[in-house]
Amino acid sequence: MKKDYVMGNSAIALGALSAGVKVVCGYPGTPSTEIIETIFRVPHDNVHLEWSVNEKVAMEVATSAAYSGARSLVTMKQVGLNVASDPLMSLAYVGVKGGMVIVVADDPGPISSQTEQDTRAFANFCRIPVFDPASPEQAFQMVQDAFLYSEKYHTPVILRPTTRVCHAYASIEFNENYCVKPYEGFVKDSSKWVIFPKLSFANHAMIEKRNVTIGNDFSSYKFNCVTNAKASSKKAVIATGDSYAYAKEALLENQEITLIQVGTPHPLPENFLLKALEGIDDVLCIEELSPYIENEVLRLCGKHHLKLNVYGKNTSHVALSGENSVQSVKRSINKFLGIDKTDDIAFENIPNLPIRPPVLCAGCPHRAAFYAVKVAMKNKKSYFCGDIGCYTLGNAKPLDMVDTCLCMGGGVTMSQGFNFVDKEATSFAFIGDSTFFASGLTGVVNAVYNEANVIICILDNSTTAMTGHQPHPGTGFNLMGNFVDKVDISKVLEGIGVNTIVTVNPLDFKASVDAVKDCASIKGVKVIIFKAPCISIVKPHKPVKFTQKCNSCRVCIKKLGCPAIIMNEGKVAIDTSLCVGCNLCAQICPRKSIEESKCE
Amino acid sequence: MNKDILICGVGGQGTVLASKLIASAAMSENNIVHSAETIGMAQRGGSVTSHVRIGQNAFSPLIPDHCADLILSFEPAEAVRNLKFLKKDGAVIVNSQPIKPITETLDNTGYDGSNMIEYLKQNCKTCIVVDGKYFSDNLGSSKFFNIAILGVACGANKLGLDKDSLIKQIETKVKEKFVEVNKKAFELGIKIGEQNAA
Ligand SMILES: Cc1ncc(C[n+]2csc(CCOP(=O)(O)OP(=O)(O)O)c2C)c(N)n1
Ligand code: SF4
Ligand code: SF4
Repeated sequence: MKKDYVMGNSAIALGALSAGVKVVCGYPGTPSTEIIETIFRVPHDNVHLEWSVNEKVAMEVATSAAYSGARSLVTMKQVGLNVASDPLMSLAYVGVKGGMVIVVADDPGPISSQTEQDTRAFANFCRIPVFDPASPEQAFQMVQDAFLYSEKYHTPVILRPTTRVCHAYASIEFNENYCVKPYEGFVKDSSKWVIFPKLSFANHAMIEKRNVTIGNDFSSYKFNCVTNAKASSKKAVIATGDSYAYAKEALLENQEITLIQVGTPHPLPENFLLKALEGIDDVLCIEELSPYIENEVLRLCGKHHLKLNVYGKNTSHVALSGENSVQSVKRSINKFLGIDKTDDIAFENIPNLPIRPPVLCAGCPHRAAFYAVKVAMKNKKSYFCGDIGCYTLGNAKPLDMVDTCLCMGGGVTMSQGFNFVDKEATSFAFIGDSTFFASGLTGVVNAVYNEANVIICILDNSTTAMTGHQPHPGTGFNLMGNFVDKVDISKVLEGIGVNTIVTVNPLDFKASVDAVKDCASIKGVKVIIFKAPCISIVKPHKPVKFTQKCNSCRVCIKKLGCPAIIMNEGKVAIDTSLCVGCNLCAQICPRKSIEESKCE
Repeated sequence: MNKDILICGVGGQGTVLASKLIASAAMSENNIVHSAETIGMAQRGGSVTSHVRIGQNAFSPLIPDHCADLILSFEPAEAVRNLKFLKKDGAVIVNSQPIKPITETLDNTGYDGSNMIEYLKQNCKTCIVVDGKYFSDNLGSSKFFNIAILGVACGANKLGLDKDSLIKQIETKVKEKFVEVNKKAFELGIKIGEQNAA
């Protein structure tokens, strides 16, 4: 046995390897990314590992493994499940042979996500089981248990950690000598593997019956458990996920309240809950995102005529949005107990704090691309449809170049919509290279087919930067450790039938502005590929130098907002620890007072 | 041992390595340790925190309010931002060198961290102010501040960990070619810490 201090996501990875997983697929997304990154780093002989181009693809690749009896793991962030929901819904009806665990990481807050959706509710919608770990230690156990339940009941199973579980660290003990679990291979049987209305009807009935059985099975599962149980106790707290950890800590001072963890929210372990709630008059449900368990307990009360008062999000005892914490849980419990206690404030009259929003790095090529478009389109009516990635940060002042951001790939298609409602304006889409492969391609096809007049700017920085620099089809490297042919974005566009395709280095300011102006004068679908690597994947150049000519007019600061240009004792100065010598500021300085960094 | 240590700063300052070293040193001394990191959007120049929790009753990965024994702050305003975590008699070790957010530079408000340092000195029972510039002048880069501040905390007896267990972790966890300079940063920090030990 080996003991390691690892992140929750690594614990999930090690758990899956220990369970003999054969195929692992996923698409990066905070807070789930490090699961696949961990598997890549540790020994994983005979495992097929891939960053798929998006979550739907990942789910489908893994499905064949599951049909063949092999164990598979699919990873994504919560919004990834929206993309993968089409295959998953159908797969829930068809079922699996080899264990299939889908890790979907939720992000209460949200801290790094578009939505605060609740994957437990999604699992219920799909009618498949979901495990909800409260800690990295539990996540390690649960991923292995999830494979067993998946095989026992022939269903895909979701493991739903939240950010604080994914990014928490703990000591995990595991057997280093894991190996792929042997599997039979695909056995053809079209009555089983081909979804048809008849099959769906039959399986739907089967699934509803089966879920009752799973609920009963879960009633004896070790992470559905009661602590602090006392015969005298009339009040209980039910907590799920990391809220269970918070409640455990909050209740250290109060051992009179029964604490119940529900580790498998769906199918509900009804018998377990009925027993745990015996003799209880009042119950407080503490959870994040939706009042999922709370509503389930209310349903239970109705079904079994329980005399039980249920408190939680529906009664304003727990916040409806955002994260929980030990404090918020203490507040909820105090309110539940009728204790009137205000939070102590230790520090008063705190001075105004500087706001620190995330920004594009010093020297980020996205800044240059946005600025070129801004200058080229000055005083012209334009729409700037952004998308998801580091370049979403182009919305911040002073660039202010992102008018919309909806979902991955949405910018390319939204720019077309704007073009159809306002022919006078020029519609732009900005999309990163990884996002282009994930879900931008179909949008370009749509633009060509439906004759949109748009300029699509592909910000090709040769990586998936926002989520921590993962490779993608355009980088020429995959997770099997192989160098492969790069998928050439320009050729792909040619194949689709885009007539105007320009590739330009965004750090060449004049050439970039000219490219945008040229494209703006042509009708049809135009694509500008702004090609320059993310600064995190290349060696920096020497910093630029401000010469005597600089009169601190602050034009560079006001136009670019590069964090390496700072004010020092009333003068404009360079933070040499941040500047990577991209030379953008030198090209726009009206007095030519910045000495360019020479490429070594 | 029971100890909660909050490390805070700005994305890119190397707080994660500092927390890893504390956690693994504490474990090498047979403690139960949990920790948590900010990962994601905030890493691009936003405020970041690492929570290290030593002891068996730390169930939450994040330190609850008013529970941190020690705040190690890589930036003046970030220390103030995270004061709600500090225990009444907890200690703060803070870098006096500000990192000016772009919002401040644009509005030219003149934020230089000094009012933050003043506030910390007046309101915290123990506040050790260290000048990051001293370390970057001596070590040739501000990159090693994360290890230097560990040295300060260790020298001032605020970590509750043995100096040697930390050095051992530096030797094993840091990239080989940076081990020597990091050890130097640590030793420099220890000296400053010793001068400030109560
Ligand atoms: C459906 C969905 N899947 C995954 C993510 C997580 N995610 C955010 S940005 C991003 C990709 C960014 O890469 P790229 O488009 O190359 O832009 P860059 O960050 O490199 O500028 C991903 C995968 C998401 N937000 N939504
Ligand atoms: S060259 Fe100018 S714009 Fe580029 S990173 Fe340095 S300061 Fe920023
Ligand atoms: S990580 Fe790369 S793409 Fe993201 S902001 Fe920094 S330089 Fe730009």
